[in-house]
Amino acid sequence: MSDMTMSCDAILTRRDTVGMITLRGNLGGTKFKSAVKAAVGVVVPKTNRVAFEGDRGACWMSPDEVLLVLPRDDVPEALATIGAALEGQHHLAVDVSDARHVFALDGPDAREVLAKLSPADLAPNAFGPGDIRRTRLGQVAAGLWMAEDDVVTIVCFRSFGDYLDALLRTSIEAGPVGFH
Amino acid sequence: MLTLHCPYCGIDADETELAPGGEAHLRRFGPGSSDDDFESYLFARENPKGVHFERWRHAYGCGKWFHAARCTATLEVFGTYPAQTTEPPQDIRDAISAKRPGWTWRTFA
Repeated sequence: MSDMTMSCDAILTRRDTVGMITLRGNLGGTKFKSAVKAAVGVVVPKTNRVAFEGDRGACWMSPDEVLLVLPRDDVPEALATIGAALEGQHHLAVDVSDARHVFALDGPDAREVLAKLSPADLAPNAFGPGDIRRTRLGQVAAGLWMAEDDVVTIVCFRSFGDYLDALLRTSIEAGPVGFH
Repeated sequence: MLTLHCPYCGIDADETELAPGGEAHLRRFGPGSSDDDFESYLFARENPKGVHFERWRHAYGCGKWFHAARCTATLEVFGTYPAQTTEPPQDIRDAISAKRPGWTWRTFA
């Protein structure tokens, strides 16, 4: 147990203006790649990776799914772009902005805060900038990615948002373990 | 505590990130089959002490189903492989044979 007065050096914020599109289809397809490029301006990320260009990007979710991240107001236009680009191709594109809560965890102890709650390997050589890890935080499923060093974006289903908020704040207040 | 390698996303997933799916390589007997076949399809399962084949889903990760070959006595994992197959691939069988010579499981050996 660390010093009780010492909390983790990490700041948790909710990000309510983030828009998200679930896009499923053949990730290797030419039309799919151009659809992602047209919608968010990045290339389709490789397995367990994310690709970001400012506040727009794409996250690898599974062998047939990417999560497109973009400002919430731009979602309808992006959906129309994707629909046009993938015309005639088997695909699924849905606005899931309201399905999930988005958190940002910023600070040198971000790994400490998360590693206490997850079975995932969050060591710098296993989880670094550009990586995404879908895992479990406490009792709920969550996705973690790092677009830049020490800033982790966390997404979870909206119904778990309050739970995860409290869980992360508890983890921050309890202080670092000193493992990472 | 089990750690299984997901063959789809390549992550070594902890047991708590996975959902168990029971025995692998079941052959379905549906409408038109005999009552005996249907009953064994529904209820009869292997319960070996040793080599076993199971289905698992990477539920907290990429969401895909995969198969795992492991030992129920020692929890040793011989290998995991994608679910788009009706029988264990040869490399998995070889890996088991190296550790458990003479193993059999249902009709596989």
